[in-house]
Amino acid sequence: MIIKIENLNYIYNPNTPFEKKALDNINLTVEEGDFIGLIGHTGSGKSTLVQHLNGLLKPTSGKVIVDGIDTSSKDGNLKEVRQKVGLVFQYPEHQLFEETVYKDIAFGPKNLGLEKDEVHSRVKKAMELVGLDFENLKERSPFELSGGQKRRVAIAGVLAMKPKVLVLDEPTAGLDPRGRDEILGRIQKLYEEEGITIILVSHSMEDIARLVNKIIVMHKGKLVMEGETKEIFRKAEKLEELGLGIPQITCFMRRYKSRGNPVDDTVLTVEEAKRELINYLRRRGNV
Amino acid sequence: MFRDITIGLYFPGNTIIHRLDPRIKIIIIMMFITSLFFITSFPPYILILAFILFVIYLSKVPLKHVLKGLKPLILIIVVTFLINAFLTKGEELFSIGPLTVTKEGLRQAVFMALRLIFLITGTSLLTLTTSPISLTDGIEKLLSPFKRIGVPAHELAMMMTIALRFIPTLLEETDKIMKAQMARGADFESGNILNRAKNLVPLLVPLFINAFRRADELAIAMEARCYRGGENRTRLNELKLDRKDILAISLSTLYFGFIISTRYI
Ligand SMILES: Nc1ncnc2c1ncn2[C@@H]1O[C@H](COP(=O)(O)OP(=O)(O)OP(=O)(O)O)[C@@H](O)[C@H]1O
Ligand SMILES: [Mg+2]
Repeated sequence: MIIKIENLNYIYNPNTPFEKKALDNINLTVEEGDFIGLIGHTGSGKSTLVQHLNGLLKPTSGKVIVDGIDTSSKDGNLKEVRQKVGLVFQYPEHQLFEETVYKDIAFGPKNLGLEKDEVHSRVKKAMELVGLDFENLKERSPFELSGGQKRRVAIAGVLAMKPKVLVLDEPTAGLDPRGRDEILGRIQKLYEEEGITIILVSHSMEDIARLVNKIIVMHKGKLVMEGETKEIFRKAEKLEELGLGIPQITCFMRRYKSRGNPVDDTVLTVEEAKRELINYLRRRGNV
Repeated sequence: MFRDITIGLYFPGNTIIHRLDPRIKIIIIMMFITSLFFITSFPPYILILAFILFVIYLSKVPLKHVLKGLKPLILIIVVTFLINAFLTKGEELFSIGPLTVTKEGLRQAVFMALRLIFLITGTSLLTLTTSPISLTDGIEKLLSPFKRIGVPAHELAMMMTIALRFIPTLLEETDKIMKAQMARGADFESGNILNRAKNLVPLLVPLFINAFRRADELAIAMEARCYRGGENRTRLNELKLDRKDILAISLSTLYFGFIISTRYI
């Protein structure tokens, strides 16, 4: 396992009138090669949890261990933790600051103290990974790019640190459908081709269903469900209780089944549903 | 990590002090400050202290909370104390190296330190018991007679309101950007002063860009709702003086008038 969380509690502004318990006794392990979807209602503590994964927040009590390093121990090397776990915040394009795309992406690797050549090759690779044309864009100002491009520059900035685990906090918020598909496609490729372990926070059940192979559900600071994607989406009633839902196509298949059509109602994508329906109609035609 | 700085300013409540008209409170505080500067001896300080304690009692703001307001200014108080203690000429009490403490110096030091402490706690009582919005309302109303000589009362008040409104937002954003850059290995905590200043660039650039973007959006949103400054603008909650306001201002005038007069008897 690469990340282990034990009895993690976190309280914002402790001992003030504004005290707020944001995480309540979380236990979790992340294995190498996982693609985890983190879902939960607004304010359930998702962003707070992911900020613990690279030591930006320290547990009020409990432990977070990343690749053998305890993030709250005094001698724990936080720089190493932050290199291992790359965290892409919500609206990451708001953190761009350099004059050129190249310099901005190089910020992380430079902080790691790498050689110039290594920095160069990492910037180039990172831009390729997110689908930005290196030659055309490297000297451009990041502020004159489109929203989707800016966001990809920001993600490249994190990828250039070569993290083992990539955590993305709502990477598609505020993008149009095309920008969203592009980003998600790139993330899937990163998982499949680069073998990076990924944790994806998202409010879109469709995106989660399409991409991840494990789901973690949070509610009011607690981790309430954990399991394989299909397993979790089978519990539609429970999810709805928590203010969440299931993908629309899964919902459709469940209703279709409840009307007396024995189809597989655990499908998660339109493609799968199409195949299942064709099969079903053929089966029925043959009888 | 930044949130607690500003939130501490206003202590919500519904006591008579909280309900007093902000204009009255501002005027009383100005009388308070004026009288404080008229005092030249220790005895009237008792009256000042009594006033502060009385207001704290009525407003139900915990004493601890009021004293917390002194914390950021402790350095100034201490420096004032030391400068007065060491640099006043007079009858020598004792000396440390080349520095001598005189009897007059010690008296002066205690006197000035007390004046500062009273000044700070008194004014912080105003901000503790008055929400920023009603405070700016009060300022606007008090300044409006000066509109005729060209004081842009409404605009000043609006600027203050907006600035106050955005302090928590900016602090939150600072926190967020700092974390995002730390996630990319930025270091804001170590190194010498020059390095640290240089390391602030990745924080300040996005912060300013976002602030300007926000200002732009806010201006457009205000324009879209036909904001045209203070002319002919009415308000939802008109400030009205009632009996308790009249009573408060009359009693305070007498009280502080008396304190000021002690200087001349
Ligand atoms: N800096 C902070 N100071 C105080 N309280 C905070 C802070 N950040 C978050 N909280 C509180 O902690 C709780 C969890 O917040 P968090 O941002 O982790 O939720 P989230 O699941 O990411 O929500 P969203 O889906 O809206 O992003 C919320 O109730 C929030 O109000
Ligand atoms: Mg969040």
